[in-house]
Amino acid sequence: MVEPAKITARTSKPQTGEPLPHESAKLHVTGEALYTDDIGTPASALHAYVGLSQATHARIKNLNLDAVRNAPGVVCVLTASDIPGSSDIGPVYPGDPLLASDTVEFRGQILFAVAAVSNKAARRAARLAEIEYEMLPAVLDSQTGHELESYVRPMHCQRRGDANAAIAEAPMKLEGAFQSGGQEQMYLEGQVSLAIPDEDGKMLVYSSTQHPSEGQKLVAEVLNIPLSHVTVQVRRMGGAFGGKETNANQWACLAALLANKTSRPVRLKLSRAEDFILTGKRHPFLSKYKVGFSPSGEILGLEIDLFGDCGMSPDLSDAIVDRAMFHIDNCYYLASVTVRGYRVKTNKVSNTAFRGFGGPQGILAIENVIEEIASATGLDPLVVRQRNFYRPSDNRDTTHYGQRIEQHIIQPLVARLIINSEYHKRKNEIHQFNKTSAVLKRGIAITPVKFGISFTVTHLNQAGALLHVYTDGSVQLNHGGTEMGQGLYTKVVQIVATTLQVDVGDISCTATRTDKVPNTSPTAASSGSDLNGMAAKQAAETLKHRLSEFAAKHFAVDTSAVQFASGHIHIGGHTLTFAELARLAYVNRVSLSAVGYYRTPKIHYDRSLARGRPFYYFAYGAAVSEVIVDTLTGEYKVHRVDICHDVGESLNPALDLGQIEGGFIQGMGWVTNEELVWDDEGRLLTDGPANYKIPGVGDTPVEFNVELLPDSPNIEATIFHSKAVGEPPLMLGISVWAALRHAIASLEDYRVSPHLPVPATPEKVLLSCDGLRNE
Amino acid sequence: MTTFILDGALHTASDQCPETTVLEYLRETLHRTGTKEGCASGDCGACTVVLAEETEGNKLRYRSINACITLLGTIHGKQLLTIENLACGGNLHICQQAMIDEHGSQCGFCTPGIVMSLFAHSKSGADQGRNALLHSLSGNLCRCTGYKPILSAGSLINMHSGGDHFDSLELEVLKELRAIQPFDSTEDADGREFKICTDIAEVATALERSPQARLVAGSTDYSLEITQGLAEPELLISVGRVKEMNTCGAVSGGLRIGAAATLNEATPLLLQHWPSLEELLLRFGSPQIRNQATIGGNVANASPVGDTPPVLLALGASVELRKGVATRTLPIREFFHSYKKTALESGEFIVSIFIPFNHNDATVRAYKVTKRFEDDISAVCMVAHWSKVNNRFADVRIAFGGMAEIPSRGKACESVLEGSSFDLQTIDKAALALSEDFSPIDDLRASATYRKRLASNLLRRAFLAETCSDSELRVTEYG
Repeated sequence: MVEPAKITARTSKPQTGEPLPHESAKLHVTGEALYTDDIGTPASALHAYVGLSQATHARIKNLNLDAVRNAPGVVCVLTASDIPGSSDIGPVYPGDPLLASDTVEFRGQILFAVAAVSNKAARRAARLAEIEYEMLPAVLDSQTGHELESYVRPMHCQRRGDANAAIAEAPMKLEGAFQSGGQEQMYLEGQVSLAIPDEDGKMLVYSSTQHPSEGQKLVAEVLNIPLSHVTVQVRRMGGAFGGKETNANQWACLAALLANKTSRPVRLKLSRAEDFILTGKRHPFLSKYKVGFSPSGEILGLEIDLFGDCGMSPDLSDAIVDRAMFHIDNCYYLASVTVRGYRVKTNKVSNTAFRGFGGPQGILAIENVIEEIASATGLDPLVVRQRNFYRPSDNRDTTHYGQRIEQHIIQPLVARLIINSEYHKRKNEIHQFNKTSAVLKRGIAITPVKFGISFTVTHLNQAGALLHVYTDGSVQLNHGGTEMGQGLYTKVVQIVATTLQVDVGDISCTATRTDKVPNTSPTAASSGSDLNGMAAKQAAETLKHRLSEFAAKHFAVDTSAVQFASGHIHIGGHTLTFAELARLAYVNRVSLSAVGYYRTPKIHYDRSLARGRPFYYFAYGAAVSEVIVDTLTGEYKVHRVDICHDVGESLNPALDLGQIEGGFIQGMGWVTNEELVWDDEGRLLTDGPANYKIPGVGDTPVEFNVELLPDSPNIEATIFHSKAVGEPPLMLGISVWAALRHAIASLEDYRVSPHLPVPATPEKVLLSCDGLRNE
Repeated sequence: MTTFILDGALHTASDQCPETTVLEYLRETLHRTGTKEGCASGDCGACTVVLAEETEGNKLRYRSINACITLLGTIHGKQLLTIENLACGGNLHICQQAMIDEHGSQCGFCTPGIVMSLFAHSKSGADQGRNALLHSLSGNLCRCTGYKPILSAGSLINMHSGGDHFDSLELEVLKELRAIQPFDSTEDADGREFKICTDIAEVATALERSPQARLVAGSTDYSLEITQGLAEPELLISVGRVKEMNTCGAVSGGLRIGAAATLNEATPLLLQHWPSLEELLLRFGSPQIRNQATIGGNVANASPVGDTPPVLLALGASVELRKGVATRTLPIREFFHSYKKTALESGEFIVSIFIPFNHNDATVRAYKVTKRFEDDISAVCMVAHWSKVNNRFADVRIAFGGMAEIPSRGKACESVLEGSSFDLQTIDKAALALSEDFSPIDDLRASATYRKRLASNLLRRAFLAETCSDSELRVTEYG
C-alpha cells in the first residue's frame, strides 16, 4: 500500500503565463533572503582587502609591504609571486593579471591582497603599502588609442555591397561623429566572495556571480588544482546587469588563494568606491559615419566605424564590439553597408558586459544617423524609421550579416504603439505648445528595438538542469542559470510545474552550484530562461515519461492512458496524487532523479566571412517618450512613456513587465544622467552613488504605460514560444534621448539638427540649446 | 552604555567603539543581516532603518535613517526598528504585503530599505499623495524595477487606513523609553570616547579642553570620514540632545534655529516664513539625511556646495558662536573664509543661527540645479532676495553655492541691481556682472562654463518668475 503523502495535491491553474510573484518576494520583503555577504561564518573567518595602484600606467619599481604585514590584525599578505597556479584570469584571452607585478595599466589596478581579522583591519592595512612607480604615458580615450593603433583585439569588419559607391551616387549625404558614454552597473549588492577551504585542498566558494562555472575554472587554475576540487555556489545576487559576468572572478580567486594559504574561511567584499574603481563598465563608443540617402529618407549606403573603449584588456570586448556591429542595423534594412569595429585599448579599467552588451551602443549609433537624416530631409524621424524598416517584400528582409528576418513584428508593433500613444495628436499639441512657450520646450520621439537573441559565441548556447522528486512528492530543481532579480528561478519553477502538473509551491529551486549542474554558461545575453527553462523542461519530461511508463506497467494500462493533470495522475481508472505516485515509484525502485540538457538549434556564424545566422530569433519593442526641457538650465523631465514590447508568449507577464519597466529606466539612465567622469590622469572621479546618479524614484514618468505585444508567439520552438526579455527593453530608453533632441530642435523651428551626445545631462542639453541659438 | 529598544526589549550595546555605525553593529555584532549595505555613504538607502522616539502628545515619532552613517551612540534612548521587526505573528506588515502584491522587488537587495522607508512614510501622518510618496522614497535607489511597482505599492499603502500593530504598542514603548537612563560617555579599550552632552556648558568645556574633538549631531557628513576614510577618532562629542542647540523658534525680529536642529525639524518653521524655499529644502539630501543632518553642521562644514549657506547668505542670517563661556555673533557672510575654512576658532562652535524676518514685500527665490532632481549635490544653487521699491530693485542679496570655493554672494551683480530699474535689462546687466564675481571650476558635477551659464540664467529665471507662473518656467511642475 502507498503511505499517505505529506503534501496534498492542490488544484492548479496552468503555471506558465501566470503573473506569479517572484519566488523570493516574501524573503525579500522580510529581509530573510540571504545574499553572499549574509552567510554566517565561523569566528575563525578572515576578511580580505586589496591594495590599489596609485598610478595609471607605470612600471612598479618597488613594492614594499612591510607596513601592511605589520599592521594590526593582519594574518596574510598575498602578491603575484604567491600564486601557485595561473596568474592571469582573462576569461577569453589573457590580459587580466589577478595581481599586477611588473606593470600597472589602469589607476587602481590591484597589486596585492591582505587578509586580516576584520574588514576594517584589512582595509586599513591595504592602504599602508609603499610603492615606487616609473610613470609611463597613459592613453585615456579611444581616439588617441586608435591613432596609436593600440587595440586589445584586431578590428573586425562586416559588409554588404559597395557602401562607398552607394554613398557617392546617393542624392543626399551626411557625415558625422557621435559619442556615447560608459555606464556603471551599480548593482545594489557590491562584489563579494566567501571562500571556505575543505579537506584535501578542496575549496567551496560563495560568490556573487553570473558565471559560477567560470569562477570555478579560474579558482582551480590559480590554485593549480582540478576543477573537480572547486565548488562555486550562488543563491542570488543583489543585481548584476553584466557586471558580475567576468568581474566577479577576481574576488573569488583572491578569497580562495587567501583561504588556501591560511586554511581559514576568507570573505572579500569591496567597498563601493573600490567597486566603482576596480570593475568594468559599459564601453563608451564613438561612431564615425558617412551615409547616403534619398530625399524620402531611405538609406542607400552607410559606412560606419565603431570605436569601443575597451580599457586595458580584452575581457569580453571582442564579443561586445561584435554585438554592436550586429546591431548597427537595428530595425533597418541597410542595402549597402560597411561596419568596422575597433577594440581600442586605453589605460582604464577593462570595460565589460552591461545589459545589452554592445547592442545599445550599435543601436544608438544608427538611431543618431536616422535623426540626422530626418533633420536633413525635414521628415518626421518616425517616417524615416518606418521607410527603412525591414519588410518581407522587395528583398528587404536580410541583415548585413546574412540572417533572414523571419518574423516581421516591428511594423505592426510600431503601428499599434502610434495609435495607443496618440503619437500624432500629441506631436501636434507639442508643436503648438512650443510656439508659445518661451522657456520650456516639449519633445516627443518613438524609437524601435530589434535585438538578436543567442550568445554570438555559439558554444555558450547550452544549458543543463537537475531535477529530484522526493518520496513526499516535493520536487527539488536545480539549473545552471543564476538569479539576479530577473525572476529566472520563478520562471523555471513555473515551467517545471506546468510540465509535471504540480503546484509551484511543491517545487524548490536550490542555489546554483557547479557540483549540481556542471560546465554552465553565464546567465547573460538574455538567455537565462530560454536555455535553462528548456533544460529543466527536458528533465521534467524525462521524469514524467519514466513515471508514466512505470505507472502504465504497474496498473497494466497503456502509457497513453496515463495523464498528469492538476497535481493528479490518472492511470486508466486509477487516480493518484503526484506524491502517491512518487512514493509508489520509489518502493518499486524507479529512479526519481533526472538531468536535462538543451542546446539552441539552427544557429551558426562564420566570423571569417561575417555571415551566418548567429541569432535564434529577434525580440522587438518600441517606446514613445515625451519630455519637457528648461532651455535656461537644461533641466528636463520625462513625463510620459508608452511602450509596446514583444515577449512572445509570456512565461510570466508580471516578471516580464518588471524587466521592461526596469530595463527602460536603466536605458534612460544611460542616455541621460549617468555620467562617468575621469580626471586628466585617469582617476575615476565619479566613484559612488553620491556623484554617479542612477535614476531615482522621481525620474519615473508620471504616465508610464507598458504593454506586452498581444497574440504574438515566438515562431521558433522556444520554451512555450516565449521570448527573452532581459536586455532588449534597455534600448527603449533611447527614445528619451531622441525626444530631448526633438525638444531642443524646436528652438530653431526644427530646421537645425541639434548635437546631443550621450549621456545627455542637463549640462549637455543646455550646451545643445546654446549651440542652436548661436547658429 | 548605549541602550535602546530592539525587538521590544531594552538592548545594551556591547560595542564601545566611538565610530561604530548602527549598520556595522547590526550586521557584524548581532549577525542581523536583513539590513543591507549598499554604499556605506548614505546615498542608496539599502540600509534604511527607522528610529522611534517620543514626541509631543504622548506619541511616538518614526523617522527613517541611514544605518550606515548613523553612529551607534546617537541612538541611545530610542527604539530601533529594522526590517526584521515589521512582520507580526506570521503576518506581513502592509508595507511588505503591498510590495509583494505589486511585484515591487526584483533582486531584493534594496527591498528591506524600501520597505522601511514605506513604513516611515505610513507612520508620518503627513499628506499621503504621490508627491509625499516620492519624497519619502527619494533616498532609496532601486536598480531593477524602475520604481513603478514600488510607487504602486506606496499607493496601496496610502489607501490603507487600518493602522498596524505598532500603534497598540506605543504606550508600552514610551514607558520603556522614558526608563532609559541618560548616559554621558562610553570609552573603548583604547580610551577612545563617544560623549553625549545634554548641556551646552558641557559642550563648551569639553571642546575647549579637547579642541581636536569632533562635534557630531546627525554625523551625515562626518561618518564618511569613518566609512570611506577609516578614521579612528579619539573623541566624538554628540550635541544632538543639547536643548539650546536643538530647538528652533521665533524670537524678536526673526527665527532662531538651533545648530543641532535637523533639517526636517527646522523646515516647517522656515517654510512658514519663506514658503518659496520649499523645493530647495525638500531636495536637500534625502528624507533619511534630512532626519539627521543639521543646518549647523551644513554651515560649519563650509562646503562650497552645501545648500543652506546660500539661503542664509541671501536672508542675511547671522551665527551665534561660543567658546568656553564667551559667545559672539557673526554675520554669516563673514563666517566662510576659504575652502572649508571658517571663522571658528579652536574650541569654538556654532550654537544657533538667527535669520531676520524680511520686509513684507521681499521676494525670495531658491533654485538648485543637479544632474538628478532627488538626492543630488548642487552644480549651482542660487538664492535671490530682493524687494521692489518704486519700481527699482532694493535689499538685493544674491547668494550662490557651487560658484566659488566658499558659498558667496555676487557683490558686483548685487550692486548692478541695487537701486536700478526693475526690468529685464537690469537683470541682463547684473548677469554679466556675475563674471566679475565668480570664476567657477570644472569638476565632476559641472564645467565652469555651465556653472557660469546657470548662474546668469537662474538670475533671469528669478526675475521671470515675477510675472510668469511655475508652469511656464519649471519642468518640476511636470512630474
